[in-house]
Amino acid sequence: MNEILNILDKEHSEISYSKIAHMLGIEEDAVAKKIRDMEKSHVIVGYKAIINWDKTDREYVTALIELRITPQRGEGFDKVAERIYKYPQVKSLYLMSGAYDLAITIEGKTMKEVALFVAEKLAPMDSVISTATHFVLRKYKDEGIIYEDNEKDTREVITL
Amino acid sequence: MIDYEKVLTSSVQSIKPSGIRKYFDVVNELDDAISLGVGEPDFITPWAIREAGIYSLERGRTYYTSNAGLPALREEISNYNKRKFDMEYDPLKEIMVTVGGSEAIDLMIRCVVNPGDEVLIPEPCFVCYKPCTLMAGGVPVTIETKEEDSFRLLPEQLKEKITDKTKLLILPYPNNPTGGVMSRSDLEAIAKVLKDTNILVLSDEIYGELIYNDEGHTPFSKIDGMRDRTVIVNGFSKTFAMTGWRLGYALGPEPIIKQMLKLHQFGIMSAPTTSQYAAIEALKSCDDDVRQMRTEYNYRRRVIVDGFRNMGLSCFEPYGAFYVFPCIKSLGMTSDEFCTKLIEEEHVAVVPGTAFGECGEGFIRCSYAYSVEQITKALERIEKFVNNHRK
Repeated sequence: MNEILNILDKEHSEISYSKIAHMLGIEEDAVAKKIRDMEKSHVIVGYKAIINWDKTDREYVTALIELRITPQRGEGFDKVAERIYKYPQVKSLYLMSGAYDLAITIEGKTMKEVALFVAEKLAPMDSVISTATHFVLRKYKDEGIIYEDNEKDTREVITL
Repeated sequence: MIDYEKVLTSSVQSIKPSGIRKYFDVVNELDDAISLGVGEPDFITPWAIREAGIYSLERGRTYYTSNAGLPALREEISNYNKRKFDMEYDPLKEIMVTVGGSEAIDLMIRCVVNPGDEVLIPEPCFVCYKPCTLMAGGVPVTIETKEEDSFRLLPEQLKEKITDKTKLLILPYPNNPTGGVMSRSDLEAIAKVLKDTNILVLSDEIYGELIYNDEGHTPFSKIDGMRDRTVIVNGFSKTFAMTGWRLGYALGPEPIIKQMLKLHQFGIMSAPTTSQYAAIEALKSCDDDVRQMRTEYNYRRRVIVDGFRNMGLSCFEPYGAFYVFPCIKSLGMTSDEFCTKLIEEEHVAVVPGTAFGECGEGFIRCSYAYSVEQITKALERIEKFVNNHRK
């Protein structure tokens, strides 16, 4: 099972069941079944392409927002986290140790749009104590993938 | 006019040039060519190692090291071999750092082979043992290993070739080009033959970390009674994807290493300093990288073996290194014809088995030090080729 996940974690998402079966030396049906089981049980949560939006004409900005919050009685951080991650603008949400509680990645068209989202949606929530917004200037690497990876195979074509 | 044939030594002139060169020019002219011909990892040296090399330069470590190699590196080599294989080698007396494994091979052969001494070389094998033997005035005696024996060296084959002139046995396992390995019991059988002789052993274990069966690798000096006659050659090129750093080492009995060190001192001085600093980091902190690369090679190994078998070619299951050695005899072509036509017709470069000894005729070597995508693409083209030429 972990071997399948290792492959999915590294390869592009359209890798076929049959390719995985060959790589692991097991039956294709067994691969298909295991993957479906893992999808059902949310071990595999989803698949997506990693896009360098800077290369498109889409207007686009990413911000990391640090949130300090007061946990709610009986519900801890989960309830407020849920209220936040349900916004489609929120791309990721982590509960953190250290100086703040929640780390949020927000995507929007402009800095103004993101700033307004923080000011209007996040900051006014009852349990939110403070916010700090950091805009991303450039992405070098995301999800383990280097954006501008120009390393070519420069080996000699035949060596013994 | 100088008559070069007369001034150049007869021994160097007796060495045949490698027949591989001719493929280079063809491949380089084709822009859609795929090569499975490379004998080195596609992985780039792990960053931690490169970083350590850069850092050593920043600190100005640009001098010669001691002839045998940085004491700290020899210490780490000793620790590493203790950790991985439970072997004890004294970093001060029994370990030396060389310029790649190849230098260690050359040194060992030159230190033990007198003119006329016979050197036993199981083939197919890597290409340097024969020329090194010839340059030392020795007589290469090849032993043909067979596909049906999983390309292992069998004790009876060895026995048959031993004469009173036999000085040295080369043990090239895990094997380039076949991917064959020798298990502990295989090695014990060899040891039994050698036990009452004075024959020395050069065990080229450069692919020792790239092994894909459960038993794993057994260094030859671990076999009872073999340590005193064995020099193990290993290095950083394959294990840590460090081919360009040119760094290897030899482990062996003090009296042999001492002599090898003399040749190294006068011929080389010391192995590259930057590489040595980088290698310390490799041995200290890169076990995980090695494990990941091995896992990745194993995926590719399964893909490529399946691929050849699905074409209907017999393909020995290789458990070591990163090569497969499928048999193409059923197509009625020589290895050389196969490789030449495959480049012309499908733009795929592989290496004829004959590059690794005459008994490699009827086989081709394909490296799987390539991404699964590239291997798959190459296999599709080879399959088309095989179907077009099947009799």
